[in-house]
Amino acid sequence: MSNLTDLSIAAIRDGVRDGSFTAREVAEGFIANVEKGRSLNAYVVETPEHALAAADAADQARTSDDLKPLSGVPIGMKDLFATKGVQTTAGSNMLGGFKPVYESTVSRKLWDAGAGMLGKLNMDEFAMGSSNETSAYGPVISPWRRNDGGNAPLAPGGSSGGSASAVAARLCPGATGTDTGGSIRQPAAFVGISGIKPTYGRCSRWGVVAFASSLDQAGPMARDVRDCAIMLEAMSGFDPKDSTSLDMPVPNWEAALSSDIRGKRIGIPREYRIDGIPEEIGRVWDEGIERMRDAGAEIVEVSLPHTKYALPTYYIIAPAEASSNLARYDGVRYGLRGTSDGGIDGMYQATRHDGFGSEVKRRIMIGTYVLSAGFYDAYFNQAQKVRALIARDFERVFNEVDLILTPTAPSAAFALGDKSSDPLAMYLNDVFAVPASLAGLPAMSVPAGLDGQGLPLGLQLIGRPFDEQGVLNAGLALEERSGFTHRPKAWW
Amino acid sequence: MSSYRIHGATGEWEVVIGLEVHAQVVSNAKLFSGAATEFGAEPNQQVSLVDAAMPGMLPVLNEECVRQAVRTGMALNAQINAWSRFDRKNYFYPDLPQGYQISQLYHPIVGEGVIEVLLDDKDESTAKQIGIERIHLEQDAGKMLHDQHPSYSYVDLNRSGVALMEIVSKPDMRSPEEAGAYVRKLRSILRYVGSCDGNMEQGSMRADVNVSVRKPGQPFGTRTETKNVNSVRFIMAAIEYEANRQVEVLEEGGTVVQETRLFDPDKGETRSLRSKEEAHDYRYFPDPDLLPVELSDAFLDECRETLPELPDAKRHRYEQELGLSAYNASVLTADVTTARWFEELLAATGKAGPEIGKAASNWVISDLFGALNRLGRDITDSPVSPKQGADLLGLVADGTLSGTLAKQVFEIMLETGQDPGRIVEERGLKQTSDTGAIDKVIAEIMAANEDKVAEYRGGKDKLFGFFVGQTMKAMAGKANPQVVNELLKKALG
Repeated sequence: MSNLTDLSIAAIRDGVRDGSFTAREVAEGFIANVEKGRSLNAYVVETPEHALAAADAADQARTSDDLKPLSGVPIGMKDLFATKGVQTTAGSNMLGGFKPVYESTVSRKLWDAGAGMLGKLNMDEFAMGSSNETSAYGPVISPWRRNDGGNAPLAPGGSSGGSASAVAARLCPGATGTDTGGSIRQPAAFVGISGIKPTYGRCSRWGVVAFASSLDQAGPMARDVRDCAIMLEAMSGFDPKDSTSLDMPVPNWEAALSSDIRGKRIGIPREYRIDGIPEEIGRVWDEGIERMRDAGAEIVEVSLPHTKYALPTYYIIAPAEASSNLARYDGVRYGLRGTSDGGIDGMYQATRHDGFGSEVKRRIMIGTYVLSAGFYDAYFNQAQKVRALIARDFERVFNEVDLILTPTAPSAAFALGDKSSDPLAMYLNDVFAVPASLAGLPAMSVPAGLDGQGLPLGLQLIGRPFDEQGVLNAGLALEERSGFTHRPKAWW
Repeated sequence: MSSYRIHGATGEWEVVIGLEVHAQVVSNAKLFSGAATEFGAEPNQQVSLVDAAMPGMLPVLNEECVRQAVRTGMALNAQINAWSRFDRKNYFYPDLPQGYQISQLYHPIVGEGVIEVLLDDKDESTAKQIGIERIHLEQDAGKMLHDQHPSYSYVDLNRSGVALMEIVSKPDMRSPEEAGAYVRKLRSILRYVGSCDGNMEQGSMRADVNVSVRKPGQPFGTRTETKNVNSVRFIMAAIEYEANRQVEVLEEGGTVVQETRLFDPDKGETRSLRSKEEAHDYRYFPDPDLLPVELSDAFLDECRETLPELPDAKRHRYEQELGLSAYNASVLTADVTTARWFEELLAATGKAGPEIGKAASNWVISDLFGALNRLGRDITDSPVSPKQGADLLGLVADGTLSGTLAKQVFEIMLETGQDPGRIVEERGLKQTSDTGAIDKVIAEIMAANEDKVAEYRGGKDKLFGFFVGQTMKAMAGKANPQVVNELLKKALG
């Protein structure tokens, strides 16, 4: 039954329901894959007992005809989600050994829907990074390799790098991710899978270790669009414990999935054609445009004039919020406590010196700077204004079109170490992802083709607020027409 | 209006005072978490995951705290901001688990308002308007415990996240007395509204005191801020000390440094805590975990409708409707529990207006307050209930008890808690208007004091009081004094 781990979430769910196989067989297959795939460093904690218990519950539920939407489906959980009694570190030394006494709303909803947990997935420290190299547990390695015969280990993207690598390598059929400025979409594109960041507020942030509160949003990463729809349905919903949570019913996205996008107007923003990005990115984008046209959509060139300010705006707002959100890691109540002779200030310094990695420190310093007296207006306040302009760009364009199609990232996966010493080059990887984050819009990456070195490239669909359905449907149309069936050859 | 001056070597100095009063909001739960807020719990027993700032925890605004702030603003005749927002004030301290306090810098919930204070309770002409700059909602911090261990400090997070209203005055006060009157009046209003219990000993109300001095007519001087002063007396003492210190500094050719100071109640002095240069950069910015607070008209109406009659209105009504003196009206309305007790008493008498107002107010202020003072009790645990007080007043009004008898009965009520009617009944303390009995006693007294009768009849009118006293004494105080007067006049001719 080794091919059970090649099945989609929908196929696993249906197979368990039909009795084609048991949930336990599925869980055991993935647990074996997790063990075999340890060299990818995707999981920081393995929880086979959790996955097996959920599987047994699913098999039991089948006999009493009491199956839930995700019964029999084991998933991976990004380590940013607090999981009760299971170590939750956000990829940081600061939270080494931290076991929450509470369960995040999103993970709680997934368990309530019948899913099981294979383990906690590696990630960039506090979700700050685009390559998974800032993790205190070391980088995750992408299962993909270039077709040039070399075996340079590649980055899976970030910050949800563990989720990306695990899904692509069949160490789980689907995983949770979080996306602050592209952390679901960029890694999904890097490893040839799908991932959706829903409208800001769709998924509760309660129990998700905070990076930048006004941007952070959870979402699923899976091998196809349907699986994303299934998982997103289970993860979404109003939560009175999160004041920014959307008080709206959750649509039946899976049931309404349709690749019929005839008559849809799809915008192509001219500002996303930027200099200095590989020609292949443009080629895959053009192919995507043709496929959408082929599917009956109307292609419209649009303008989002403030796009070029999105990246600097993001790199002011996100660090500003982070510098405040991460102030609670002071060594007083939980997590790491540094030792020092210097009284309380010395203890703070030692704790934060030892607990945070260099990228986190860099962002705390940037954030502290842009909020400080004398610089607040020039940086933070200005960035807030520009953010409003960026959102207005989208609002205006969405009067004319239903969706926007862009590349997900300006490059294919790069080798580990390639950009880790150049933060600006690393930040540039988010250039296509951050505008939708700043505007709080639903956005999805779907695999669209391979580059010359045999590495996956993704395309991004951005929709109106609350129109996850439109995004998913267009994603499905693209998926069907791209016929992307590539998968990494197992070398691990 | 205030002529308070500091007489320095170089002439007179005027003192300028502004107060930031932190008032703990009365609510069952904290500002952003469901944890309880009761005073006196064991350390760290009222701490939610949010209050302890566990990773991934989020604040959710407690609507009751918003309602209390809005009602307070309405009671201070203040501008209510239908749109307000919370900001984060960032600094590190172990009593602040989040590493930031959620407060309202840029868009407070309440804007400008005004409080009228009387420097002299008996005199409306001593009224002064003190401006309110703003009221905002914010979280309280926890409490450090430094005496639990030789080398470590402990922290108690019970207070962490409790809702405070910061009520900021304009720099409108000019003397320690005005500041004292302002705090007392503010406390009174808060207690009427029910938005703060005003308990300064338990820390429910404390003030940051801003003081500067100047020569009359000159622009404001540099101010200092003395933090966390927790009684009216200390606030006045801190102002007095600080103003004199500043005058001394200036007259010696120095300059006042803008700084934060602490008040030492044992020594009655203030001392420097940190200067402006050492001040934190709080990096305020809008809290992204919270939505702006938007108040609907329905909510505002509801707040307005639940406002009680406030002390100023009540005082005027007592003067006009009940015919009370300015002093009595002022004393009875200063604290809401007294006013409530008084009004329950009035209601229980079944009478209205000056017919009962004067007698009732005099009885409460002299007899009841006197007794409570003697017993060291508060009106909230008075051994005599308003109903019992009303019954006693009723027995006086219908002639059953004389003033003297009423005092006797009241003493017995204080001791036994019994109803006055029962006391009168069981102990036979009823006043008599039985003219036969009184006439008989008068005849005996006149017979025994023939000389005095002659003197009286000879023009020594003052002796009338002697006969009244003798008659009352012989009647064991139970004779109706009016009847005694009439009968004596007749008998003495």
